[in-house]
Amino acid sequence: MRIVANYKHYKELNEQIVQAVENGVATLTIDDVNGQRFIADCLRGKLKIDLHGTPGNDLGMFMDGPTVTVFGNAQDGVGNTMSSGKIIIHGDGRDILGHSMRGGKIFVRGNVGYRVGIHMKSYKSNIPIIVAGGRAGDFLGEYMAGGIIIVLGINNASKGTEILGDWVATGQHGGAIYVRGEVDDSKLGKGASQFPMTADDEITAKKVLAEYCNVFGLDLDRVFETEFTKIAPVSHRPYAALYTCE
Amino acid sequence: MCPEDAITLHRMPSAMSAHPVWTENARRDVFTQSRTGAILLASTGNELYERVIFDNLLLDACQVTNPAIDPLREPIELRTYIGRKPRSLEFETIGDSIKLKTELSPALKLDIPIMIAQMSYGAISLEAHEALARAAVMRGTTMGSGEGGLHKNLYPYADHIIVQVASGRFGVHPAYLEAGAGVEIKIGQGAKPGIGGHLPGTKITEEISEARMIPVGADAISPAPHHDIYSIEDLAQLVNALKEATRYKKPVFVKIAAVHNVAAISSGVCRAGADAIVIDGFRAGTGATPKVIRDNVGIPIELAIASVDQRLREEGIRNETSLIASGTIRNSGDVAKAIALGADAVKIGTAALIALGCTVCKKCYTGKCAWGIATQDPRLRVRLDPAEGAQRVSNLLLAWSIELKEILGAAGINAIESLRGNRERLRGYGLDHTTLEILGVQHAGS
Repeated sequence: MRIVANYKHYKELNEQIVQAVENGVATLTIDDVNGQRFIADCLRGKLKIDLHGTPGNDLGMFMDGPTVTVFGNAQDGVGNTMSSGKIIIHGDGRDILGHSMRGGKIFVRGNVGYRVGIHMKSYKSNIPIIVAGGRAGDFLGEYMAGGIIIVLGINNASKGTEILGDWVATGQHGGAIYVRGEVDDSKLGKGASQFPMTADDEITAKKVLAEYCNVFGLDLDRVFETEFTKIAPVSHRPYAALYTCE
Repeated sequence: MCPEDAITLHRMPSAMSAHPVWTENARRDVFTQSRTGAILLASTGNELYERVIFDNLLLDACQVTNPAIDPLREPIELRTYIGRKPRSLEFETIGDSIKLKTELSPALKLDIPIMIAQMSYGAISLEAHEALARAAVMRGTTMGSGEGGLHKNLYPYADHIIVQVASGRFGVHPAYLEAGAGVEIKIGQGAKPGIGGHLPGTKITEEISEARMIPVGADAISPAPHHDIYSIEDLAQLVNALKEATRYKKPVFVKIAAVHNVAAISSGVCRAGADAIVIDGFRAGTGATPKVIRDNVGIPIELAIASVDQRLREEGIRNETSLIASGTIRNSGDVAKAIALGADAVKIGTAALIALGCTVCKKCYTGKCAWGIATQDPRLRVRLDPAEGAQRVSNLLLAWSIELKEILGAAGINAIESLRGNRERLRGYGLDHTTLEILGVQHAGS
């Protein structure tokens, strides 16, 4: 099924999507997406949604299952508090992508903005994953409680610029960030530290990146020509000594 | 006194000497902090201010000219609808029948204007959570999930539970949002305005880990702000995201702490699309908060609710949202006064826990609650029977409801709706001019 979004209000567009899903539509293409917010908000099941254009804020918020592909850039809040499913962005993602994400995958071919992966958390087999092909802005993985963030810095546009912004993983108390290349300690916020990649880390990163490279038609071996750096928490209870009582 | 003068009382020589400013508590706090170099934790509500404005407000009653109503003989309505009300109603006539044309916003239908506050599973035990949920069902009102997700045992009561979305987003997923009677965005709470919360990893048991969807033993950190809300526009975005997620079927609440600028903030929150605003006063309780924040930040609920109600009326948007007052509602008199000051309903937290057996020992943060309420220790939890607890909380709500009817009947009012914002039926006693002006209440005798 195809829907043209164009100048439709998000309420109208999203109602159409919900109706289509209720009618059993499993594959949906939306053309001329024009900043409409909350697309695929709280949608469940094995849907496939292709978006052409620029979806607005909170794409795939609370989403639990569907695969959404954006042929273009996305705005703020992609995968906000998302439960499961996959979001693929062929362009750039913006701020707070993957905020409080608890499962599923977000693959971005280009750069991502500020505060990406803030407070991501994992629970048993629900391990959220974010991969950014380009660079990431400040405050990446702040308060990160679980999951995996990978930043590759392979975009042509990011040549000569730093892969990471400042204050990476402040208050991190779970999960791991894998960065392709070296990371200066000055980039790290309080609570996070660099660790050597273990064999398990290599296996995890390879598995995720094999899928990522397959989606975007990249050469996995070339991605691994540069060594990765792991950023992980110093403690799972960073504020244990902050409080006292009589 | 001993009549035979055989007993004399002496101050224990080893006790601290008395001092009016350097109280024993003040000195003990310094001892603790000089030993540890850490933030002092405290439980329950503000202990610094003994004065409660409610206690200086008097309710009105009818004498002769406008007869009182006998609630034992005549119906008195406590039914309360929480949510956005239309500015006007349009009807259309089709043949002989008249149909409402105006589209109504989703509203909560409550049998009483008293709701049970948001207390998380984690801060309190599963038994306490279940007792409160069952009491809400029994009395036709709601309880709050708190921000720790919802244990699977609570889902059968979910149509009487307001599910909370806080900055930690713990346990927030589609089934949770869809299960609740409404969704509440927690921006702040009266016992700790402006700061986040840390549930220590030592309290993250297997079951809590499942409800919150985080690993066992890891700290559950709720950041001070929601990282997707830095403005009223951002708040509107989360309100709308939740309305989209629940397909416009449930009211979305926003809870804020009563802070200095609460009236202007509430106006923004209302314009952001909140169907109800919960305002939590500076005496509100908690399981754990930095003592310095608990005792020094925020303003009294009485002033907050009056100024917010006034502000929304002046801006012509009071119908757009419901106001819910919380933070030391101790009895049905407080309920009536809060409503007369402008609230649509109140929420009770500490009072409901006292009904469950809490003695206000102020040690919630230790996790060793002897009554099985603020603890996760299985040996302590068995002391609280959810069925018995539910009955006690239900009894309390019933008692207050009957008393509310007495208060209304005495005032010659036959529906709680007519008491809302009816400050003419309040008088201040021993309150200063500024306080009275903000409350919009005249002094007794005037």
